[in-house]
Amino acid sequence: MLIRPKAGILDPQGEAVKASLATLGFSVTDARVGRLVDLEVEADDAASARAEVERMCAELLANPLIESFEIVADRP
Amino acid sequence: MTEAAPRIAVVTFPGSNDDGDARLALARLGAAALPVWHTATELPAATGGVVLPGGFSYGDYLRCGAIARVAPVMDAVRAFAAEGGPVLGICNGFQILCEAGMLPGALRPNRQLEFVCADAAVTVEETTSPFTAACTRGDELVIPIKHGEGNWVADDELYAEVSEQGQVALRYVDDVNGSRAGVAGLVNRDRNVLGLMPHPEHAVDPLLGPTGGVPILEGLIAAARERLAVAG
Repeated sequence: MLIRPKAGILDPQGEAVKASLATLGFSVTDARVGRLVDLEVEADDAASARAEVERMCAELLANPLIESFEIVADRP
Repeated sequence: MTEAAPRIAVVTFPGSNDDGDARLALARLGAAALPVWHTATELPAATGGVVLPGGFSYGDYLRCGAIARVAPVMDAVRAFAAEGGPVLGICNGFQILCEAGMLPGALRPNRQLEFVCADAAVTVEETTSPFTAACTRGDELVIPIKHGEGNWVADDELYAEVSEQGQVALRYVDDVNGSRAGVAGLVNRDRNVLGLMPHPEHAVDPLLGPTGGVPILEGLIAAARERLAVAG
């Protein structure tokens, strides 16, 4: 699961990373810092696993007011 | 008939660190403060009010307040609030109330990425909740703040709604963390839940500094007393 600060939400961590990269001479136009959550779930099929993980995101792993999430399955 | 000290439950989560000060401050102001562990499934008998204290519950893992929100005790706190019981969330407690959906919006890292630790002046914006009933609109209270994630966030639509409902209880006089419209504390629509980043429990003794926390804690205690009187 990739969890990111929603577009338009100020991300002070990303700003600090961007400024530090600039200090090192790198040029980036934007930097955003999110979170990665690795989950292992057992399910009958990929669709039900995804549905379950979506509920986990909505209920706990991401706060929809401030974060967006993306589910990336590595064993579809 | 003697007037018994109203019982106020102070919840301790793993990582709470202002629970002790909250109990001391409440006791100093005439309440009987009861420690409640996060695994409790009900509040002590005859609880008249609840405090969710400051700290770093569950190490602030995932997001501040996100794990505490699902602690067993929170079902009891939610039920207590739903019945109209007064609930005060201080700092991490405010973050927990937002994560629990008991107050609107969310708290994000301070804009300046620095932990702020200072005496902050806040103005009282609403006096319709018990927590600020003793104040007059526009009163200035000085109460310490100490937080890394007190930047209250709401989109335009949510802020308009919160504002229209008169839910902004306290606003910072100066911009201390980037919080939208300087929001320092919010009440729910029913006016029985207050969450705020400043720490009223650290501002009750003139020997130690400002005393801006007194009216807020006394408001909670008065509401608890009234609730218990009605319950008989």
